[in-house]
This record gives sequence, structure tokens and C-alpha cells, in this order.
Amino acid sequence: METLEPILAQHPFLKELEPRHLKILVGCASNVRFNAGQIMFHVGEEANQFYMIRQGKVAIETLVPELGPITVQTVGEGDVLGWSWLIPPYRWRFDARAVELTRAIALDGKCLRQKSEEDHDLGYELLKRFSGIIVERLEATRLQLLDIYKARP
Amino acid sequence: MTANPMLTHPYSIKRIQQETHDTFTLELKPKSNIQTVSFAPGQFNMLYVLGVGEVPISISGDPAEPDVLIHTTRAVGAVTNAMRKLRRSDLIGVRGPFGTSWPMEEAKGCDVVIVAGGIGMAPLRPSVYQLLSERREYGKVFLLYGARTPADLLYQREMEQWRARSDLHVDITVDRALRWWRGDVGVVTTLIPKADFDPTSTIAMVVGPEIMMRFTIAELQRRGLRDESIYISMERNMKCGFGFCGRCQFGPFFVCKDGPVFRYDRVKPFFGKGEI
Amino acid sequence: MGRSLQLGDKVVLERQHLQHLLDVLSKRGYRILGPTVRDQAIVYDEVRSLEDLPAGWTDEQNAGTYRLKKRADNALFGYVVGPHSWKKFLLQPDVRLWQAKSDETGLKTVESKEERPRSAFIGVRSCELHAIAVQDKVFMAGEYVDPSYKSRRENLFVVAVNCVQAGGTCFCTSMKTGPKATFGFDLAITEIVNTEPHYLLVEAGTETGAAVLSEVAHREASEEEKAAAEGAVEECSRQMGRTLSTAGIKELLYRNYENPRWEDVASRCLTCGNCTMVCPTCFCTTVEDYTDLSGQLAERRRRMDVCFTMDFSYIHGGSIRYSPKARYRQWMTHKLATWIDQFGVLGCVGCGRCITWCPVAIDITEEARAIRESELSHGTVT
Repeated sequence: METLEPILAQHPFLKELEPRHLKILVGCASNVRFNAGQIMFHVGEEANQFYMIRQGKVAIETLVPELGPITVQTVGEGDVLGWSWLIPPYRWRFDARAVELTRAIALDGKCLRQKSEEDHDLGYELLKRFSGIIVERLEATRLQLLDIYKARP
Repeated sequence: MTANPMLTHPYSIKRIQQETHDTFTLELKPKSNIQTVSFAPGQFNMLYVLGVGEVPISISGDPAEPDVLIHTTRAVGAVTNAMRKLRRSDLIGVRGPFGTSWPMEEAKGCDVVIVAGGIGMAPLRPSVYQLLSERREYGKVFLLYGARTPADLLYQREMEQWRARSDLHVDITVDRALRWWRGDVGVVTTLIPKADFDPTSTIAMVVGPEIMMRFTIAELQRRGLRDESIYISMERNMKCGFGFCGRCQFGPFFVCKDGPVFRYDRVKPFFGKGEI
Repeated sequence: MGRSLQLGDKVVLERQHLQHLLDVLSKRGYRILGPTVRDQAIVYDEVRSLEDLPAGWTDEQNAGTYRLKKRADNALFGYVVGPHSWKKFLLQPDVRLWQAKSDETGLKTVESKEERPRSAFIGVRSCELHAIAVQDKVFMAGEYVDPSYKSRRENLFVVAVNCVQAGGTCFCTSMKTGPKATFGFDLAITEIVNTEPHYLLVEAGTETGAAVLSEVAHREASEEEKAAAEGAVEECSRQMGRTLSTAGIKELLYRNYENPRWEDVASRCLTCGNCTMVCPTCFCTTVEDYTDLSGQLAERRRRMDVCFTMDFSYIHGGSIRYSPKARYRQWMTHKLATWIDQFGVLGCVGCGRCITWCPVAIDITEEARAIRESELSHGTVT
């Protein structure tokens, strides 16, 4: 079976990661696939992994009682999904559902948390990259929050 | 122009079409023997409802077919709400076209990225028509369109036709959606990294709320676009439409005659500055 | 009367002969507009005889202050400028643009054409000539021409007055707009009052001016009289109440949109718009549509407006310039900076009206100075 190392090495999220750190990640990585409509995780479940999407589209959803499930964001090829594994209590805060056939690399978060405690350099590299993603999402979310297309007479 | 630019000309409503819950499209034909006036994509007219008032509305039709004047607008104030209640054959006063237009010539030979936010799609549709009519003159063409929800998307049938074309990349996203929506959810700026245009040879045309344009410009710059390659369309309070009443001033520019289409590098010192 | 006069000729009129001039103009069909005392100010209105002119009056002006005072002599033009400017007659405060009728046959618009006699302005100061020229640039020099402004402008007869005494808030020398009238007039008068008898030196600035002047009793001006007139105007240029440095003023203001001085002005400015109303170059207007009760007859009017209102920049549920600071900044940067990029000239002619008529005595020259000096103290580039 081919190793996931070349695939991980090419992913923009892991750009310039030192080879020894890349190896650790490869050790925690596995190929996953979700069919269209399949739920990837539910809010409240233990968050033990994050995903690097290789192909497809995932809807991040939340339930608004009067309206039903609302999609607040979609992520696709090249995006990273899931940071709840980093922050206690390590539980998913949203639902994620594959909109179409989605292939991703799942990384074992529990394992990586452990390894990061042992190797702070690895931890730092991961946190550096994740904070970039969180900032990007925060900015985008703020824009969505502003409801900029709302009509104001 | 020798005619008095404050004089409005009666046009008759051929059709009113509801686009979304608060947006509608008017199709107008000149009454009697007034000559139809041609327009360039990006320009606007001042539309008048007898006794109610007048508002600037960008032209949304095909520049190659000026016989039918098309305007898409939101019903937000007294005039547009009055307009929405009109019927076929009712009359609307039209004067114009005014303003600057999209850089269709400059864009020839380049990739074109059109980023539309909300009602911003309306002044961009004429440029899409023109691009498609001379498709070979341009490189890759991207239409990136963001709206509040799927119900707020304009020109949905046309969008589907455009999406089906192989010579046009259409990407649509909304701020939030219900489960049946299989498209993207997220702000329109997230569509930019995925569009593979050549930043060294691309013209971008951006319209939407100012804050959306600000963030879009930042994203385009991150992709390597120079400020001289980015064009935006602005809005300000307008009463005359041709630079006499002074209300639409934006720094040294009159949005009605130096705009509404501006090359970004020219307005950069004032854009995004508060209360200019 | 004698030989007919040429462009550039300078003659002397006795004071009483000025009435002849008014009569000649009347006979030629001009409606005469000039200075007159009303409501304790010298305003511009229709005048018919010398009696209507503010003989023996002068205006004492300073920031936020305007008082009429009696002079020791009987000068006809012994004041500078009042709350009115000639835009009152050229741009006009309230104009009907057209009327529209909606009936079975459709929507008919009827352009409003004014029938009015030609106007003659008496007593136009040099700064005002410049102000008229500035508004000419706005309304006649671009792609669009205002047809009613143009028609009023083309049929105008201008009798200018060279100032021999500067006002307390004047700074035309800083703006290079006076005190000597150098263009734009049919006739220019310099009134010499410190001699007996008191006389008026009149220069013909156009062929029409020369023709009109030929019909008025006059005599040739002696070299002494010409020199006295020049001297008086020279003297006036040294008496200016204010100064404003225009060196790099556009760039200065463009650099200083965030200068804390704007907050300072904002704490004083009432956004009353007086400055805009009295300013001879301010041209912003609003357009209003009216309808009668039947809803069938409508009209569109254009009214003078001020940029200090919340309504002025209102769009999408709010004003772009919602703070008084932004609105004062808009007015002043338009006048001294963006105007240059728009029309190739400064918008300010140094008449001082805005300083005089501001109820809280905001002084545009002081504000410009403060901003300029704030850069020096911070070591910023000049």
C-alpha cells in the first residue's frame, strides 16, 4: 500500500514542515472517504481527529430550532476541517456532513496531542498553522455576521 | 450633449419580474419616438416615478440590445417601493446613461475575474453579456457571486445556463443555507483562492457593499493582482447624476461622472477611509 | 459725451453721473442688481437709483461679527461684501426645472424656460469676479452645461468695483483674487472719496462696457487721477484682515484627513451651514420632486443645499458623513483641496464671508494654519 507521505508533503497546510515532523504525522494519518450525505461527525461527540480534504465538499452545520439545520460554512479541496481536537474538552462544536463524495486524510488528534506534549517543536508547528486557519475562519465569519447584503432603506 | 440632462424621458414598462423577495427587474421601452440610447456596461440611469422621486439605478441589460432597457433594483425606499407597485404599460421617466463603464477593452487578452456581492450582480451582468459575445477576445473568465442566502440569488435561470458553459467558471456561495443547498456556504472572498486566473494578466471587476469590496480587494492582492488591475463600482447619494449637485463626492471624485466604475489604484487613498 | 470709448479707456465720472449709468442700463433693458441696506446688512437686490445704494455705510467685519457703521464720507461703495453673493442670481436658490403631466397619452415633461430681462450687476468685487469664474467652470466648462446658468451668464453686464479698503476678514491677496479687478467685467469703478469732489474712475473692460460708458457724462482721467486710483487699490492690498498660505495646500489637506484638529473644529462647529450659504462658490444643490393633490401634475425643482446636513450624504439607511467632524472636513477639504483636482482652481476666493457669518467664529484661515503648523511641530514633511 502506498504511503501517505507524498500526499501529506504536498498539502499546502503542511508546507515547510520538517521531515521528522512529517513522519510523525504520517504515522497518525489514514485515508478516509465519505459518501454524499454522510455525517462525518456530530456536535458533542469526542473530537479525536482533524481532516485534510483532498476532494469533495463538506457542510459545517448547526441546528437552529425554528429553521432546522443551517449550513454556516462549506469546505472543500485543500481545506482543513476540525480544530476541536486541539482545545479541551475535545468535543465537536458543530455537525459536519459530506455534501458530495468526499475523500480526506484523517489525522489522529488524540495521538498528535500526545506527541505534541513530548515534542514541543511539533506542537508549535501545528499550532502555528492552525491559528492561521482559525484567524481566516474568524475573519470570514465576522463578514458573514455583518450580514452585509441586508437591505437598509 | 446638447439636451438638458435634467429632463426625464418617458419609458413604458414592458415587464416587471420579481427576482427575490425584495428585488425586481424592470424591462422598459421608450415611449413614442424617442431614440433608444446605447449604454456601456457599468453605467446607470436616473429613474423617475411621477411625483414620488428619482433614484440612480445601474443598467442590467445587454449593451448589444439597447432597445429594451433593463434595470434590476431592490425595493428599499419610497421610490423603489412605488416602482415595484407599477404595472405593465405604466410609465417611468428615464434620464441617462451616466457614469463610467467597465474596462472591456483593457481586459481583452487577459483573464477576467468578476466578483459580485448581493445586488452587485446587477451592474456586472452587462459586462458578462459583453464578455460572452466576444468570448475569444478574453482569457479565462470567472464569475464569483456571493449572496445572503440561496433565495437572494439573482438571475438564477441565467446563472444555471452560464454554469453549464465550458468557457465560463461560475462559482456561487451564500452566507448561510438550509440543508438542501448543495453549493458553497461562506463569504465570497473564499472563492478567490480557488479561481486559477493568472495574476500577472488579469482584470478584476468587483461590486458589492463597500466592506465586501474591501475584503475582496485584499484577497485579490494576496493573489498577486496589482491595484491597477482591479476595478470597483461605488455608490453615493445622487440627485443630478452628472456632477452639478455635488452630493456624490468621494474625495475629489464625483461618483456619478468620475465613476461609478473606478480603477482601484486611483481611489485607493480615499477608499476605506471613514466618512469621506 | 464725445468720441466713443474703447476697451481699456479710463474716464472719470462725477458721483451724480453714476445715476446716468443706471439709467443707460435701464434703457438698454437691463434689470439692475446691486448693493442696498436691508436688515442691518448690505445685501444684493434690485436697485433703481443712487438712493438705493448704501451711501455712507461701511461694514465692520470680524470672525462671527458683522456690523454696519456710518462713514464720515458719502462713499457709495465704502464696504466690502455682505451675506449675499452673486450666485443668488446666477445659480439661484430655487429653480423649477420642469413640469410633468400624466394623462391618457402618457407622461409629458415641459422644460421650464425663464423669461427674464438681462441683468446688470453693480458693485462686483474682484473676489466675486473670481467666484463667478469658478462657478462658470463648474456649470459651463464640462461635458454638461447648465442651460439656465448659461443663459443668465451670457446676458450679464458686470460693473465691478475695485476695493480701496479691505474688510476685517478679507484675504483675497493670499488667494490671488484681488483686490484689483483684472478680468470678467464690462466696467470697473474705483471710487476716490478722500478728495473734494468725490469721483469715480471707471475703466472699460469690454466693447459693450465701452459703448455704455460712452453714453454717460464723463471726462478723461488725468494721470494723477489714474495713479490715485491705482494707489488706493495698492494700499488696500496691504490691509487684509487675514492671510492664508496656499503653498501646497491641496497636498497638505490630503495628508491630514486624520489630523486631530478636525475633532477640535467639530467641537465648535454647529453644522448650521451658514458658511456654505454665504460662500460665493459653494454650488451644491438638491433636487426635489413635487406633485399636486391629483397626482397627475408634477414638477421638479432644484434648490441650493449645504453639505452639512445628515441628508446630504444619506445612502442605504445612514449618512456616509455621520459626524460633524466629517462634514466640516468635507467642506474645508473641498474648498481648498479636492476642488483643485476637480476644476483646476481653488474653490476659495478669500472673501472672508464664512469667517464673518459663522455663529461660532470658526476661521478657515486659522484652521488651515493650525493644520499646517501641526505638521511642523511633529516634524512631518512639508
